[in-house]
Amino acid sequence: MSGEGPVRVLIDLTRCQGYGQCAFLAPDVFTMHGDEAVLYDPDPDDAQRERVLRAAAACPVQALHVDRMAMRHRTASGPATRDGAAFRRDGRIVIVGASLAGARAAAVLRREGFTGSLTVIGDEPHPPYDRPPLSKRVLSGGVPAEHTLLPRLREEIGAEWLLGTAATGLDLAARRVRLADGREVGFDRVLIATGTRARPWPDPAEAALRGVHVLRTMEDAAGLREALAAGPRRVLVIGGGFTGSEVASVCRDLDLPVTLVERGPSPLSGALGGVLGEVAAGLQRAHGVDLRCGVTVTSLEGDADGRLRRAHLSDGGTVDAEVAVVALGAVRNVEWLRGSGLAAGVWGVACDAGCRAVDANGLVTDDVFVAGDIARFPHPVFQYQFMSLEHWGNAVDQAEIAAHNMVSDQTRRWPHLSLPVFWSTQFGVNIKSVGVPTFADEIVVTQGSVAERRFVAVYGHRGRITAAVTFDQGMWLEFYRRLIERAAPFPPDFPHVDRREDPRPVPAGAPERIVAAAGATVVVTGHDPSERRASLAPGR
Amino acid sequence: MASQSPSESPSQSTSGSASESPSVSTSEHASQSVFQRILDPANRADPYRLYHELREVPVRREADGTYVVSTYREIVELLHDPRVSSDRRNLARPYGADALADAMPALAFIGLDPPEHDRLRRLAMRHFGPPHTPYRVESLLPEMSAMVTGLVDGLAGRHRADIVDDVAYPLPVTVICRLLGVPREDEPRFHAWADAIVETLGPGEEDRAERERARLETTLHLRDYLQELVAAHRRDPGDDLLSGLATYEGPDGAMAPADVVATAGLLLIAGHETTVNLIANGMLTLLRHPELLKRLRGEPDLVVRFVEELLRYEPPVQFLPQRVALADIELAGTTITAGSPVVLALASGSRDPAHIPDPDVFDPDRPYTEHLGFGGGVHYCFGAPLARLEAQLALRELAGRLRAPRLVADPPPYRPSATLRGPRHLLVDYDGVDPASP
Repeated sequence: MSGEGPVRVLIDLTRCQGYGQCAFLAPDVFTMHGDEAVLYDPDPDDAQRERVLRAAAACPVQALHVDRMAMRHRTASGPATRDGAAFRRDGRIVIVGASLAGARAAAVLRREGFTGSLTVIGDEPHPPYDRPPLSKRVLSGGVPAEHTLLPRLREEIGAEWLLGTAATGLDLAARRVRLADGREVGFDRVLIATGTRARPWPDPAEAALRGVHVLRTMEDAAGLREALAAGPRRVLVIGGGFTGSEVASVCRDLDLPVTLVERGPSPLSGALGGVLGEVAAGLQRAHGVDLRCGVTVTSLEGDADGRLRRAHLSDGGTVDAEVAVVALGAVRNVEWLRGSGLAAGVWGVACDAGCRAVDANGLVTDDVFVAGDIARFPHPVFQYQFMSLEHWGNAVDQAEIAAHNMVSDQTRRWPHLSLPVFWSTQFGVNIKSVGVPTFADEIVVTQGSVAERRFVAVYGHRGRITAAVTFDQGMWLEFYRRLIERAAPFPPDFPHVDRREDPRPVPAGAPERIVAAAGATVVVTGHDPSERRASLAPGR
Repeated sequence: MASQSPSESPSQSTSGSASESPSVSTSEHASQSVFQRILDPANRADPYRLYHELREVPVRREADGTYVVSTYREIVELLHDPRVSSDRRNLARPYGADALADAMPALAFIGLDPPEHDRLRRLAMRHFGPPHTPYRVESLLPEMSAMVTGLVDGLAGRHRADIVDDVAYPLPVTVICRLLGVPREDEPRFHAWADAIVETLGPGEEDRAERERARLETTLHLRDYLQELVAAHRRDPGDDLLSGLATYEGPDGAMAPADVVATAGLLLIAGHETTVNLIANGMLTLLRHPELLKRLRGEPDLVVRFVEELLRYEPPVQFLPQRVALADIELAGTTITAGSPVVLALASGSRDPAHIPDPDVFDPDRPYTEHLGFGGGVHYCFGAPLARLEAQLALRELAGRLRAPRLVADPPPYRPSATLRGPRHLLVDYDGVDPASP
């Protein structure tokens, strides 16, 4: 087992519960950051192989993958019809998008027994890599950006990888994908997984100033890392979502002065609502972030050499900074689908719960599938509201569903019913979420203490639980996931350990753009994707 | 079979083996639940076939009001369910031994709930592992390795050894003494107390009061011993865990002196009453699988996955015997009523065919081995990394150096405890001992 070349490590942080066994057994590779968050080097030195294998074997939830990323759920039983079997044997599948969702789908297709031709198209020149570390250990200098390549995908999967070539068009009638270099690739079925890109600073001239960064790709991370390592006198972070907050956290770890400007009332309030937004604001201030909320940056000012020196704010103030990080969210990569006839737009690409794309008429297509950040699908648990989830775990889960459905007959298809789960590591705290925290009218802290920043907050919508967010209490998250799946009543009314905060719910302060439609209450059952089903619950 | 009355159809009965006296054993079976039979020392050598029967009802109510949970998914759910307490003071009457609870010394964190559990565990972890002391366990590796080599060297010059007394017991005791800062020469004193406490763990409620009394008496001896020791470490701190517990004060405050003693007692007992079973069970499993013994000699890294599968297949901790439901909990079609004692049958859960294919096959090559060997949730075994490394080192050394080892008796004699299950002795004959690899 030793001396078999480079080691590749990937932790499924959606599963990780922070037991820390890896940090005991391979302390040079895995580091606990606070109580619960684990940071690691995905491409450790060969000399660490024995320790890494020990750590992987010891992971209590088996979330640590070495050299390959396998799946736990059952394989399908195979197609029922002759056509299905023929397609599985020698069909042509093209995956557009070579990041997490695309790579994952490719692996699942092979595991499901698809032996036909498989082509993966990606606009970036790199093999698939993992983005979450980019705003954490890569920025802090803990690991180089190029260490984030996903474990041995290319060798394992056996696909044609067309990397560094963007897709520029989709012709559904001719079943062809057009590429930027003029080539065309034919398919029988296609998976759209082109994801998102960083939303740029709106003024191109200001965006071009030296010192103005976005953070999405490996190159972005390497460039920003270099800028931070140079020791700027101050860093300005524009936007207090997860990426912006994580960047601010890294700046403080590096002891760099940082100002964070957030348009909303508090950081993270867009995703977690106002109550936890205030907790996040307290966390940032306690770590020395100069936090300005309810304010926007109106312009960026450069010096004669085209270097950023100052930002002007909507409240009339200014911030002198040599580095600015534009963290204003993402833009979906849908331009290449213009004219394809699909219902694609700034909202993403609409699809059904089985990942089949919907065309502009609202008709479901048979051979076009969507997965990852770009997919917009109806979620039965949230009143069939169409949502797109820019989460690592969603990319993985949805890609698995899409890939399975691409090679399965109609009666064997699976719905994408997994609840959204995401995590963020900032200021030494591990934040995890299950459900949709913005789909809520009230919130209550059930376990732990807000003052200690170790707690579980539960969100409710019209008397049922719709989400839970933990700060360094991730081991309890699964319990609340099950409550959400069972449409359990809100507020929770049972005795339990560690109840310290006021049991009376308060308004969640969810942003207003989410307006819930009245009506459906759905119960989800089943554990394995092959078993998961939604059913409407009688009105309560 | 247990529900079948002996008078019904004796001709169809398949339960009585030739050597048993049918009238006695069948009537005993009829009155004993499958869980009681599992606890019966007569079944200590192989409880696993009884776990099959136990799992037929994932959540089972015993006559004494205890709920026994035996399937993987249900156990995992309860390990992460905040309505389940580890603090037996939450038991509804008549289970609680309230009078005794007042007399008991401070509870160690294994018997407490958050937030107190979390605070004490964090304070203890600070001196043992990440995030504050990530290299502590790794730094013990060379010393542990030398200890193992020394113990196996000691088997040379004869052809029979008791793996329990000669290797599996002395290794973890020496390691935990070294780590805690407990004098190794005090071992005969605390060993007797530790053994006595282990025998009071249960599970079961009927003889609970008696066991609690026995436990109290022993715990007080142990407390007096540790109090003195902790005082000495406070006066003259070293680089050991007791000194850390006794002197550290940080964001979570300091550990109260009574908590230091309780924590020290927990780590001392848990640190040497469990790993001994892991190592002994491991050697037994190796000797029952000669092909694996052979493989391990040529493929020493296999020991990592071997120990992981061992934790699933022959775990040293079979039950978590003392959880309490704080609310009515619906689980697998049964309602566990608030205030009831709950037993989590970890060893049964790890062999649940709904969780893992061919659960009764020992297979270290499984791509994933998710098991309950160390429990789960906030009470996950504190010393797990140490136990893993000790077992890996010991089994690799034993497999690599004993020439043609074979069991003298199969099954070996077992210790009485159903909860911390393992051989009392494990006699092995061998042709010689190969020299240690450099």
